[in-house]
Amino acid sequence: MNKVKEILEKSLEEISNAASIEDIENIRIDFIGKKGLFTNELKKLRHLPANDRPLFGQEINKAKNVFLTNLSSAKNQLEGKQLIDSLNVKPIDVSLAGSNSSKGSRHPISLVRSKIEQIFKNSGYKIKVGPEIEDDYHNFTALNVPENHPARAMHDTFYFEGKKLLRTHTSPVQIRSMIADGAPIRIIAPGKCYRCDSDLTHTPMFHQVEGLVIDKDISFANLKAVLHEFVESFFEREIKLRFRPSYFPFTEPSAEVDILWENNEWLEILGCGMVHPNVLRNSGIDPEKYSGYAFGMGVERLAMLYYGVRDLRTFYDNDISFLKQFS
Amino acid sequence: MKFSESWLREIIDLNLSSDELSHKLTMIGHELDGISKDGLSIEGIIIAEIVDFKKHPNADRLSLCNVNIGSNKIVEVVCGAPNVQVGLKTAFARVGQILPNKIKIKKSKIRGVTSNGMLCSASEIDLGQEDDGILELPSNAPVGGGLRAYLNLPDNILNLDLTPNRGDCFSLIGVARDLNTEPDSKLNYNFRIQNNITSKVKCEVKTPHPDICPRFASQVIEDIDNRARTPIHLTEKLRKSGIRSINPVVDITNYVMLELGQPLHAYDFDKITGVISPRFAENNETLQLLDGNTIKLNRDTIVVSDESGSIGLAGIMGGNSTSVSDKTTSVFFEAAFWPPEFMAGKAREYGMQTDASLRFERGVDPAIQAFAVERATQLLLSITGGKAGPIDDIKNKKYLPQTKLIRLRQSRLNKILGKKIPKSEVERIFKKLGFIVNIKKDSWEVTAPSFRFDINIEDDLIEEIARIYGFENIERQTESITMPISPIERPDLSKDAISDHLCVRGYHEVINYSFVKKDTDNQISGKESKLELLNPISTEMAVMKSSHLAGLLQNLKRNLSRQNNRIRLFEVGNVFSGNIKNHNEVEKIAAIANGPIEEESWDSNNNDISFFNLKGDLDSLLVNNNEEDLFRYESNKNNKIFHPSYSADIYRKDEIIGVIGMLNPILTRNNDISGDVYFFEIDYKKAFRRSPIIAKPISKYPQIRRDISIIVDSHITSSELIKAVKEIKPSTIQSVNVFDVYEGKNIEEGRKSIALGLILQEKSRTLRDEEADDIISMTLKSLQSKYSAKLRD
Repeated sequence: MNKVKEILEKSLEEISNAASIEDIENIRIDFIGKKGLFTNELKKLRHLPANDRPLFGQEINKAKNVFLTNLSSAKNQLEGKQLIDSLNVKPIDVSLAGSNSSKGSRHPISLVRSKIEQIFKNSGYKIKVGPEIEDDYHNFTALNVPENHPARAMHDTFYFEGKKLLRTHTSPVQIRSMIADGAPIRIIAPGKCYRCDSDLTHTPMFHQVEGLVIDKDISFANLKAVLHEFVESFFEREIKLRFRPSYFPFTEPSAEVDILWENNEWLEILGCGMVHPNVLRNSGIDPEKYSGYAFGMGVERLAMLYYGVRDLRTFYDNDISFLKQFS
Repeated sequence: MKFSESWLREIIDLNLSSDELSHKLTMIGHELDGISKDGLSIEGIIIAEIVDFKKHPNADRLSLCNVNIGSNKIVEVVCGAPNVQVGLKTAFARVGQILPNKIKIKKSKIRGVTSNGMLCSASEIDLGQEDDGILELPSNAPVGGGLRAYLNLPDNILNLDLTPNRGDCFSLIGVARDLNTEPDSKLNYNFRIQNNITSKVKCEVKTPHPDICPRFASQVIEDIDNRARTPIHLTEKLRKSGIRSINPVVDITNYVMLELGQPLHAYDFDKITGVISPRFAENNETLQLLDGNTIKLNRDTIVVSDESGSIGLAGIMGGNSTSVSDKTTSVFFEAAFWPPEFMAGKAREYGMQTDASLRFERGVDPAIQAFAVERATQLLLSITGGKAGPIDDIKNKKYLPQTKLIRLRQSRLNKILGKKIPKSEVERIFKKLGFIVNIKKDSWEVTAPSFRFDINIEDDLIEEIARIYGFENIERQTESITMPISPIERPDLSKDAISDHLCVRGYHEVINYSFVKKDTDNQISGKESKLELLNPISTEMAVMKSSHLAGLLQNLKRNLSRQNNRIRLFEVGNVFSGNIKNHNEVEKIAAIANGPIEEESWDSNNNDISFFNLKGDLDSLLVNNNEEDLFRYESNKNNKIFHPSYSADIYRKDEIIGVIGMLNPILTRNNDISGDVYFFEIDYKKAFRRSPIIAKPISKYPQIRRDISIIVDSHITSSELIKAVKEIKPSTIQSVNVFDVYEGKNIEEGRKSIALGLILQEKSRTLRDEEADDIISMTLKSLQSKYSAKLRD
């Protein structure tokens, strides 16, 4: 009896003196291993009379459980300490670059086009596209620009044989959509356009986003509202707009829109107007029943303003040093 | 259209400041291209008179002039101008004066004689381009007075950027008429002229083709002195409009054109042979123009001819044979109406653009011709004297633009503008614009004046009302949306998503022009391009690109030359194929890559990019919609742009959707690029065609992994092996993965070792080890018989 108590006391003392996980393991072997002190006591049980065995057995197991509980809590403590000690190493240089972190970038024209699309998509506009190699009819005639019209001279057109050309604006998509879908209509049409003009402020290829809304009772007042909301949403701030009378053969009344920019300067950013009744008629829509507005904006122009790019031509140099600013 | 503010204010009284005037013009649709102050730089220049002069003792071309500079103070000045004469009043810069070119006048010795100031030419004091003599001022100019005050300077020069529909505003009177809508404005122009007709001389004009010349007004004035000086108030106006003074006849035609918008032509009457007649040019006809150039005429060009042949390019430029000089004593003025449909684009055909062609193309007032001639004659008689013959005004109304009655409904006006415009305001605007208005119930019947030939339909009237009422006075109003919901039309992955993905993989997006050099495109597509522009900017941009490769190669080259050694670029856009009658535009995504796998860094992988790096980038993009083997790669040795052994066609099911590979070193070397370059190009719509994902149930029982390592012939592809393995028991073999490929030492020539990892799993029960063993032995047996595969030890 006293022997078990003694063993327990001895074991608890050794546990309290243990300094490492190895010590704990050794203590475990010394007391409950194959030849451990508790194990020996249990082995001795079979020499006792059968009546005494349960009592002694209980005694030994009780002591053994106390031993195990203490051992495991000592082990936990030592493991915790060891873990804490293991953290005590030289810190790494966290300022070194992460591995393989190179990232690319979207082209600013593509970013701006995408932003314009998002804004209009949120207001229920559908996105339409049309061919870049167009015919004379969709690019001019159907848009109320008959042959010999002086407005044709304003568009320095790239021609192919057989009345085919590179579209000079995205407006032919208006015609194609109206013919295909009829009224009501609510679309924007982003895309590339071409004019044979190349200097400091013109590139022979450029991007436009066209907008067209046709429904019953669409008015110039609606056009003013949508463009005002668009411009403020695009530049993410309040902006003063000015609608100035202008001329496009496919709209009437026609307007150019200026925004009040830095230095109190009015900058032209887009052209718009009420769809000309001839254009509606050419596309099979009754101008007495429906009215609509259309607008067209230059993506390069908006990108230059939005990103503060001064030289239009940098967009087409595709120099990585320029491009990576937009990542 | 460029003119001075002071001239405009002679024609119309306006209660507007200069700033308000500019703003007003802009807001009624005449965009100001610029406004500049004229005459600021002549402050200090005075009017002086040459009282006598003699030759410079030491220089043949110089004169010594005694000049009265006011209060009878005489100074001696050296001058090199050829037009020095006694009594000439001119511009004088005193000692100390700073000229516009920043030169300060000093008392200085010129060839040994002291000059006390300088007599100035127009160009020296920024009053025009004339530099062939000193400025000549009228004899009544006050000696000693300031030149600036005498010329009413400074003045504002307005430069209007006119829209093509407003040909009428290519004139002072046109601009003034539009401004007349301003309250408190008043037009001052006098349209009543009574010239003294003192001769019966006429030039006979016949118009056998009234369709090409429905109106031809003319007048002959004899006995003129064209050596007379055009008065300075007139030349000053011309100067401010950018027109140089030549001689009275020419100056007057220009003046009347600016004033009324009607281009006039003046012929030397004595050089005309017989009857004048407008007609189409004949085959192979040539004409020497006023500017000395001889042009070969096209048959659809209208010329004015006499019995000697053509003597002028109608509405564009006169001919040399009948041109007016200062020796001309009889002049024939022509004011014609050349219909815009015959004039459009004509001047451009001959590589020209003149003040006349600009106006006739846009249209001129069909009612102004006779008056324009009268006005020119009036001015001419007052300057050069002479005897005017009767006006000859031939017109054929049938071919002249007609004024028409247009109905404007109040309901449509308000509907289109989204604003109720007061009736009284509508009527006021029409009246001030010179329109005749007939007021009806809920509508107006409107007739536009002859000079507003751009007004043809009801909406033209609505535009007029809106423009003058002011766009700024129409409040904005958000429309209510009534669009029905409609299906998404785009493919599975948006272009934005694809682009963003490629950015994450390190690629920069570029945008290149759609036209490329023909040879380059032929080389890339392997066939002759049929999409050739008729008027390319240069041969470098002559055909529509059939691939993004040409542009991307250029971009690569440029960026390599700018010290980038690792380049990843992509482009999204249309490429073109077919012929012009039947062409295809297909949206493609292409990428090009060169240099190390990773950007240089302290722990980077500096190995150069391989086929599989690029393939990995592409595979990460191709969404398989939960369909196994949706995409596959098949080697293609015949695509000339690629290295024959490192390239593939990419299939989605049985359709080719793109190509990938290492660019053929022949191609890269031709472009001065060293190092391996990899490229892929895929068809956006085909590759990302919408197909719904069908989810399969997943098994909750444990997986068993078994690896096998075999040796097969080198040409056996991994995809063949994987396919063969899966076929053995598709329901159990969940996936097969190649985790090692080896060729070389210890493997016989022509063979390779390939290690496959199989994941085995049953859907509804736990797979037993013995079953897995069976599958593996079946697999090995099958691979042995199909591919003579050997188990590697």
